Amino acid sequence: MSGRRTLLRGGTLLDPSQSLQERGDLLIADGTIARAGGSIEADEHTDVLDCTGTLVCPGFIDVHCHLREPGREDVETIATGARAAAAGGFTAVCAMPNTEPVTDNQAAVGFIIRQALRAGAARVHPIGAISVGQRGEALAEFGEMVGAGAVAVSDDGRPVASAHLLRTALEYAQAFDIPVIDHCEEPTLARGGAMNEGVVSARLGLTGIPSEAEEIMVIRDILLARRTGGHVHLAHMSTRGSVELIRWGKDRGIRVTAEVTPHHLTLTEDACEGYDTHAKMNPPLRTADDVAALREAVADGTIDLIATDHAPHHYDAKEREFADAPFGIVGLETALALVVTELVKPGLIDFSTLVDRMACRPAALFHLPAGTLALGRAADVTVFDPAHEWTVEPDRFLSKGRNTPYAGRRLSGRAVYTIIGGKIVHRVGG
Amino acid sequence: MTSALGKDLLGLEPLTPDQIRLILDTAEPFKEISERAIKKVPALRGQTIVNLFFEASTRTRISFEFAEKRLSADTVNVASTGSSVQKGETLVDTARNLEAMRIDMVVIRHGASGAARFLADRIESNVINAGDGTHEHPTQGLLDLLTLRDHFGDLTGRRVCIVGDVLHSRVARSNIWGLKKMGAEVAVCGPRSLLPWAIGEFGVTVFSRVEAAIEWAEALNILRLQLERMTAGYIPSLREYNRVFGITRERLDRAPRDILILHPGPMNRGVEIDSDVADGPHSVILHQVTNGVAIRMAVLYLLAGGRPELAEAAKGGSER
Amino acid sequence: MDRTLRRMADEIVELNDGIDNLIIVGIQRRGVQLAERIAATIKARDDADVPRGALDITLYRDDLQTVGPRPVVGSTTLPWDLTGKCVVIVDDVLYTGRTVRAALDELADFGRPARIALAVLVDRGGRELPIHADVVGKRIDVAPTDRVDVLVEEIDGRDGVVIARRGESA
Repeated sequence: MSGRRTLLRGGTLLDPSQSLQERGDLLIADGTIARAGGSIEADEHTDVLDCTGTLVCPGFIDVHCHLREPGREDVETIATGARAAAAGGFTAVCAMPNTEPVTDNQAAVGFIIRQALRAGAARVHPIGAISVGQRGEALAEFGEMVGAGAVAVSDDGRPVASAHLLRTALEYAQAFDIPVIDHCEEPTLARGGAMNEGVVSARLGLTGIPSEAEEIMVIRDILLARRTGGHVHLAHMSTRGSVELIRWGKDRGIRVTAEVTPHHLTLTEDACEGYDTHAKMNPPLRTADDVAALREAVADGTIDLIATDHAPHHYDAKEREFADAPFGIVGLETALALVVTELVKPGLIDFSTLVDRMACRPAALFHLPAGTLALGRAADVTVFDPAHEWTVEPDRFLSKGRNTPYAGRRLSGRAVYTIIGGKIVHRVGG
Repeated sequence: MTSALGKDLLGLEPLTPDQIRLILDTAEPFKEISERAIKKVPALRGQTIVNLFFEASTRTRISFEFAEKRLSADTVNVASTGSSVQKGETLVDTARNLEAMRIDMVVIRHGASGAARFLADRIESNVINAGDGTHEHPTQGLLDLLTLRDHFGDLTGRRVCIVGDVLHSRVARSNIWGLKKMGAEVAVCGPRSLLPWAIGEFGVTVFSRVEAAIEWAEALNILRLQLERMTAGYIPSLREYNRVFGITRERLDRAPRDILILHPGPMNRGVEIDSDVADGPHSVILHQVTNGVAIRMAVLYLLAGGRPELAEAAKGGSER
Repeated sequence: MDRTLRRMADEIVELNDGIDNLIIVGIQRRGVQLAERIAATIKARDDADVPRGALDITLYRDDLQTVGPRPVVGSTTLPWDLTGKCVVIVDDVLYTGRTVRAALDELADFGRPARIALAVLVDRGGRELPIHADVVGKRIDVAPTDRVDVLVEEIDGRDGVVIARRGESA
């Protein structure tokens, strides 16, 4: 670090981890938070950033994204994904292990960490596989992977079909104090499915995935967390039933946490009309009633955090028949604006809740040294302007992926500065 | 190019009742052409039509081909075997190639729901859906409507039950939309495992027992039971299916009225329908096949329309 | 109009040298009514039924690509073997000749008549093809932009010929 310091002047400091919400300046020195609050004078060693009208908060953390490296560098790399993350206001992301080869060992975890350091954008925390090769059989070496820097384990992309395997993982992971993330999908019910099972799928003649395919696994996982005392984290929840089951588990003190994606909070199965493959997700987009339940759950904390499930695909991969198109959309560069536009502006949640669900809770659940503006902590800071209006133009994404159903949408809210370890990694407009 | 039907015929769900009536009315004079000694009129002379069949289908392809030839169109058949489709060419590549060859219309049969729409969105040629996955098979729906109309006249209030594997049937969907738009009362009957979960939201009556359906219906449209449904675990056996849901002479004899019998073919005799029903006095199955050509001629003819602004200019003359 | 049709009936019989082998074919829609009237006139005078047919030339038009399909295709009814017969085509207005060209094409698909003649109620000139009428009810000289419409009681509620100048509605 040079001796220079950075002063964020004139914004509103918003840090739910310290119940901080006040107009004030923030001083960063030596890559850490040096002073917060009040009016801070700048000396000649200080760069001043005008933050008037913005919110200055702990850096956002996306605990669920697919960076495709190693294996599909044509689709996304750790570097492009990390830059896209920073552009979206994320100071850190967790990379899912369903790469080619699977991130199921110490060396693979180390590779991701090295690539991320080289990229110098958002921090990238690897997630290791639960089972070797994500084959759902033998446990991967959690201890070795955590030693190399993994922060959680998951077979995401594939559900853990075997209840025995998940139980074992929940037990074994306790030695390392990491969450076990499950992609909840009962495989025999979901087989061949392309969208939510309902009247739209029946009309379009597409095989449906019933809500129960998710909910059966949600309750199974909650019961196994109860049995083992382990921490199960449920990825991308999509149904009202799942919300009710999680609430049931939390009421009983079971260590279950959950996430939801911006798209499950903002779109319904109707987006699949016309066979729009950009609306093909797994879990599928559900009904308006499910969306309402998920929004309530974010507001009341039943769902702990918002994660993108950023899933880039090659530009023409979605240009095909709906049933054969791949699942998933990119999300890193639209997540913040979608939450501001669709949840905060209509009054469903306040900005403090947004920051809690996108920064504080992810850091707490994944034991990351971030999610706070406390003095002396690494200066991972997101400065965003909630009133900044912009139009989603996929061609301008930093991600290599262009697959989004939001192209052309006018949204409010944009990261103005993304600061990682005191370094400005992204500023709006370049 | 827009016609009274729009650019394409992708399904019956998006059509208005008037558009469906127009197709059925247009099919009437085409029936007569097939009875002539020279079964050919020059209406589509010079038009190039590609029959793009990604799934094997003898009768639908032949029916379209007759319809095209009787309208004097130039036709090319592309079947999935032996084409570049088998070499991994994507549907979007196929679409671009067709476009580059300046063809006028494409008739597409494809195993994926939405494939016809996919093609239609990407090429300027008219696209006719000849069956896409489990979505729709609009010309089959229309020929079923024409056959029913030949026998009942107005379909308002007529009770038609679709029997069998509605879940996987594009014929069922096209029939449901078409019949409802024509004012008929529609029911479905089959094992619950072969009906869509959301069938209740289609606005149809659901019979779980075939005897009840027979007591209610004036016409039965009996769907083909795909034999692979058994191995996929939807039903226990073909034998049991015939015992519980098969349309047999004994069951029909107990009906309070004569019931018109339709089947889109090809039939599994002794499974969903018994031979003496298929060949019986109230079967209109061959009539459906005859009507199929007339309906397809009508659809081809209507979609071949030119540009409306030229139509206005051409109206200056007095000849009507 | 009745007087004109009576005269046309006379000329048709004269042209054919009697009513043997005569078939009168009207072009949809008003030509069919006119053919009926002519046949009725012949029956009243000679007490003989002349076979009649109806021709819908929609599918034989050469302008599908420019004007689009007619909304409704009418029916063609030709229940007679035309081979060796004298067929008289009856239409209301003769203008460019394209309708008659289409009718000739269609008739050829039904057989090989010994002779085909054309009878029209109104000839307004303006031919685009080498076609002439053998029997003409009335010749009218009008501008190409004008419309000439024949009204018949069976369809329009009254008989008559209406000439609409450009800019007026018919």
